[in-house]
Amino acid sequence: MALSGIQIYKLLPQTNCKECGFPTCLAFAMKLAAKQIELSSCPYVSETSKTQLAESSAPPIRMISIKAGEFEVKAGNEIVLFRHDKTFYNRPGLFIQVDDSQSLDQITASVKTADAFSVNYVGIDLKVDGFAVRSSSGSPAQFAAAVKAVRQGTKRPLVLISADAKVMAEGLKVLAGEAPLICGANSANWEAFADLAKQANTSLAVSGASLDELADLAEKLKGKGLENLVLDPASKNLAEELAQNTQIRRLAVKKNFRNLGFPVLAHPKSAAAAAQAIAKYAGFVILEQFSPDFVYPLLVLRQNIYTDPQKPIQITPGLYEINAPGPESPVLVTTNFSITYFSVANEVEGSGLPAWLLVTDAEGMSVLTAWAAGKFDAERIAKAVKTFNVASKVSKKRIVLPGHVAVLSGELEGELADWEVRVGPREAVDLPAFMKQALK
Amino acid sequence: MPVEIPKDNWPGVVRKVTLGATAADGGTRSKTITVGGEKTLPFLAFEGPMPHRPVVAVEIKDTPPEDWSSVLLKAWGDAIQSPAAWAKAAEAAGADLIVLALSVTLKNGQPNTPAAAVEAVKSVLAATGLPLAVFGPGQAELDNSLMVAIAEATKGEKLLLGVCEDKNYRTIVATAMANGHLVTARTPMDVNLAKQLNILIHDMGFPLDRVIMDPTTGALGYGIEYGYSAMERLRLAGLQGDAMTQLPMLITPGFEAWKTKESKVGEDVPAAWGDWEKRAINWEILTASTLLQSCADILVLRHPESVQQIKAAIEELMSAA
Repeated sequence: MALSGIQIYKLLPQTNCKECGFPTCLAFAMKLAAKQIELSSCPYVSETSKTQLAESSAPPIRMISIKAGEFEVKAGNEIVLFRHDKTFYNRPGLFIQVDDSQSLDQITASVKTADAFSVNYVGIDLKVDGFAVRSSSGSPAQFAAAVKAVRQGTKRPLVLISADAKVMAEGLKVLAGEAPLICGANSANWEAFADLAKQANTSLAVSGASLDELADLAEKLKGKGLENLVLDPASKNLAEELAQNTQIRRLAVKKNFRNLGFPVLAHPKSAAAAAQAIAKYAGFVILEQFSPDFVYPLLVLRQNIYTDPQKPIQITPGLYEINAPGPESPVLVTTNFSITYFSVANEVEGSGLPAWLLVTDAEGMSVLTAWAAGKFDAERIAKAVKTFNVASKVSKKRIVLPGHVAVLSGELEGELADWEVRVGPREAVDLPAFMKQALK
Repeated sequence: MPVEIPKDNWPGVVRKVTLGATAADGGTRSKTITVGGEKTLPFLAFEGPMPHRPVVAVEIKDTPPEDWSSVLLKAWGDAIQSPAAWAKAAEAAGADLIVLALSVTLKNGQPNTPAAAVEAVKSVLAATGLPLAVFGPGQAELDNSLMVAIAEATKGEKLLLGVCEDKNYRTIVATAMANGHLVTARTPMDVNLAKQLNILIHDMGFPLDRVIMDPTTGALGYGIEYGYSAMERLRLAGLQGDAMTQLPMLITPGFEAWKTKESKVGEDVPAAWGDWEKRAINWEILTASTLLQSCADILVLRHPESVQQIKAAIEELMSAA
């Protein structure tokens, strides 16, 4: 958390020497607080103050990055408890776990499948971010072989999971030159893991039974010179996990509590637990298995929760051509909320039937929301028809309203005298059938 | 060194609302359901009490639904043929209460009538002892005529009657007031609109401890983040002391999730969408469990598997209380 000008002033020499170019130390402090000048402009500031000021300008939750080649997964740098307060910035990394007790062929094959997974959501290609390798065998050689098998199936960043430093050391040898996350340190093994993380330049996950233990361990590890930590609270159940994640986020963001100012790891065991991890503050999420029917909705959820609430995802209003429409093709109306647009556009495209899609400026809201807010009415639709010169594109003047705003049809007939106004289905998914039957 | 846990000490508390009346209170329900009473954000037992756990309602229809996903129709089988059988099946699936959503038209294609709606409601009341909510088909005139008849025919049962919206709430509120029922107040994902409708209902002299608000939401992938944040902001306003937002929230993830293409369609969709049935159910579970985090008190669901999983999650989340 940034310090105020007064707090900074207390750390300055308070001699008003003017050498920084400002008349008083207080004026200089104010400029510093506003980040309009560097501390180095003050020649007399003490070393202690320098350290304190540097710390105060660091983000409350340290950004941690897991890297392999060109791939990078980042978490941290969050500054709020509720997305409506600003936004959540770094979408939690989603990792698929394999176990070193599985056969090597099986590991490579399953990793390849998940690695190739890609699903399109509102024009964005969603994929998993990386893989986690857990040692349940306890054998260093078997773990190293499993890590190698994973590496054969993917180039994405990895998380290695074992509490045994010897096992971890063997696994790490396979990943020379990468920056994986190792998972990790606990109160019994932390010194050995601190050495491993330092040597291999990895991030280090720290687990503890309570926040006291976590904070304590984090402090010890920082004492050893480690900065890139991830917290792995050993929560017993969903209730404890929610409480701990909330407490960690609050301590970091509101109290600037450095020892817990790191991203949190989650190992959800159910769909509800995964949703909770996404909504409530996880930085890295490790799933025990990969299945498209679950990973697809989970990736969508992550996308939704991490959308900036101040910027609804919008499409530029205009007349869009789908399947090469001609003068006889119908004009379908929708709003410029991107989810609405993509739902409608995908259906029309999938139907194979040509149509003009008139995207009106509804300030980025969906059909019903925009209608309720007075941003999607007959007047606006008629205006869009004129602005985008729709009449010049068609000979058959047919315009189709979304079923949810059937109530607008009378008014729209008034606005667009020579047009035939039709009411379409409420949901985009029913458009192809409607176009086939009603718009022949 | 022990870490000092920061706690928010909220001045406000969510109202307690009780649905259903037993014989002792002039109804016929075998049990009642109370929601609300939170003095904290959900499930944070270290901070404040959440005396009543969120509950799961199952949505049933008075006539077999024509536009429901076949995944749902398969799950309920023949039960969808009669609201009484469906209510029993819903109770067996673990429902805490039943939501009967009335249709615009009857099985024979004719418009729904007060007599038919009353009969459907009575058959559900006879089939299950759970508290009941009844929602109109969503057309103002029809809603009002059905709700008035139902409210009068079930006086004293403390049904939750819906749906009150800013353009149509007076008739439903008046009949709920006269016949000892509750109402649900629905607004489109907006804090101020929700508050405004609560004020309008309150201004009619209706007691707020008989109002549940439905701030609505989008499904996962279709605007859930708007509903999520509207709910969080409403609850925070209530906890901060705004009396007109201190109401328990009902939310309909079942309705939202099951109208998405991901749930409705099994053919000609991308292979990356995975198994249809599992995906569809996951869509509902993820929508519902996310809204559980944004302060939902009543979650209206549609698939029995979702009911099980959401109930299990609630159980676990309440374990610290």
